[in-house]
Amino acid sequence: MKWAVAAVCVALAYLLPALRLPALTTPEPDWATLLFVVAVYVLLALGLNVVVGFAGLLDLGYVGFFAVGAYSVALLTSPNSGVPAGWPWLAALPVAIVVTMLSGVLLGWPTLRLRGDYLAIVTLGFAEIIRVVASDPTSVFKGDRGISDIPHPAPFLRHADGTPVFGVTDARPYYWLTLTLVIVVVFAARNLDRSRVGRSWVAIREDEDAAEAMGVPTFRFKLWAFAIGAAVGGLSGSLYAGTQGFINSASFELLFSILILAGVVMGGSGNLPGAILGGVLIAYLPERLRGIRAPAWLGGQDLFEWRYLMFGLVIILIMLFRPQGVIPSRRRALELKDRDG
Amino acid sequence: MDIDALLRDFGELTVTGLAQGAIYALFALGYTLVYGVLRLINFAHSEVFMVGTFAAVLTWRAFGLDQNSPVPPAAEAAGYLLVALVVAMLAAGLTALVVERVAYRPLRRRNAPVLAFLITAIGASVVLSEAAGVLTRRQVQPTPSLVRSTTVVQFGSTRVTTLQIVLVATALVMMAGLDLFVHRTRLGRGIRAVAQNPEVATLMGVNRDRVIRLVFLLGGLMAGVAALLYDLKIGNPKYNVGFDLGVKAFAAAVLGGIGNLRGALLGGLLLGVVENYGAALFGSNYINAVAFVVLVLALMFRPTGLLGESLGRARA
Repeated sequence: MKWAVAAVCVALAYLLPALRLPALTTPEPDWATLLFVVAVYVLLALGLNVVVGFAGLLDLGYVGFFAVGAYSVALLTSPNSGVPAGWPWLAALPVAIVVTMLSGVLLGWPTLRLRGDYLAIVTLGFAEIIRVVASDPTSVFKGDRGISDIPHPAPFLRHADGTPVFGVTDARPYYWLTLTLVIVVVFAARNLDRSRVGRSWVAIREDEDAAEAMGVPTFRFKLWAFAIGAAVGGLSGSLYAGTQGFINSASFELLFSILILAGVVMGGSGNLPGAILGGVLIAYLPERLRGIRAPAWLGGQDLFEWRYLMFGLVIILIMLFRPQGVIPSRRRALELKDRDG
Repeated sequence: MDIDALLRDFGELTVTGLAQGAIYALFALGYTLVYGVLRLINFAHSEVFMVGTFAAVLTWRAFGLDQNSPVPPAAEAAGYLLVALVVAMLAAGLTALVVERVAYRPLRRRNAPVLAFLITAIGASVVLSEAAGVLTRRQVQPTPSLVRSTTVVQFGSTRVTTLQIVLVATALVMMAGLDLFVHRTRLGRGIRAVAQNPEVATLMGVNRDRVIRLVFLLGGLMAGVAALLYDLKIGNPKYNVGFDLGVKAFAAAVLGGIGNLRGALLGGLLLGVVENYGAALFGSNYINAVAFVVLVLALMFRPTGLLGESLGRARA
């Protein structure tokens, strides 16, 4: 029964691009592009959920990993990146994921021994350092000018008339690719959550000292959570770079990590459907407001200008009414109930 | 690596760094106070500061001063500064209280998980900065110049201007006042009691909710002072002025030992100076990266910050 529901949901998700309900679609970007953006956010939310939701590590600089993934792909594949590699996207993808994972380990090694709140500022600093280095116009990342001509995924796949499947006009293949990866990540995360690793994460999240005393190697499992989260971030970054064909330092603002964190916690931290919902909310809500005019007494601006203002209000309201998130983790809810009683 | 530049301008870099650090230090107090009492990062504090910068600019505009008006005579300028200071402190303090009322108190009543507080604070921060952005159409708010920057003291090639002295002196005076308040008054004792052990403090008759409000108010007032200093030193605030500066101020608080008032002062001044040296060494593009590398290094050797976390543990 549960599997049947999941299968129907997955099938619906694949059919979404064909479903052009006027109530859902936005004038700009087009529906398929919007779906792609939503799927990338969902992927990021799933990755951050491993770090924040499962292991309880507060990471405020998740966009740093997204950037590492995107730049790895860009440098390895683009003909004008300054790195004379010129690989195809598919070959660069695994390398980018490994590089991002290593960057996660490198960041986690010295910092995961710190207490939670310190971790927050260090991760924030990590993302800022990545952005600062990337925005130096003299560096290999070329700052604002960015890196262009990043090849699209799988150029050998072609339609009957010879045009590539992963082209510039049709965003649907990118959406389907991202959706497939989302499903893979969901399965992996679900299995991890139910394994010995997942139980160790719960133990660490609830009481690190007690977990250590019970023989859980806390540092090693925290590092794993960090590395896995980073790898998913790198994967999303690679997808983003491969779709846009161009990245520059402006794509990786700190605010972005904070939005994703808000999405994960709003949806229900530590719960996969919650994280997915959170990713959808943060990507979809602001875009939905585009093209709607504010009433005259509010200045008559496009509501897109107001998107983050409204978004902030939504965040506050959701958290005030459902502090556990919209779809809380059942296990966590039970634990909290237990704590109150 | 431009070591020559660092050595040549060492004095100059130190003085300008201290002036910038004074702003970080006052700004950092809000993070440190709230963290010391609630063990929470007050993400909306950056917007409390932003409101302060706008309040000061609007006050001056109400007096008919804009970016083109000539620098007024000293006595008149002092009057404008004082009025703007009071308005900025009140506006920032009030904003901090509203943030506490909207984003913190309802969750505290419901015994919510720690992450929920962080997210409502982020929400409040987004709302405040975006509201300011929409209202100002995301334009900078031009500031008049009120203090003529004249050199008063000169050591060798290092010049110290009036403005720099005003900045550092204000930070030190405010800091001393706050330190006295927390360590010598009844209300201050309440703050330290709640920071040390909220349950026991409540049993001893300390009104915890009032202490929390007081802590937000104090942090807001200090952010208001920092905001006025920012308008004087850098000026032309924008709706997102708080974010970058807030991240730095938070880093300063952590560097000094979050929850520790004197740590915030030390961390702020140190961060201001060190990032200036870093900018001279590696180029001004890397100023933010230097600040964070220093923070990470400091935390590796002193995991609780330079002076340790001790709002509650301080002597009576």
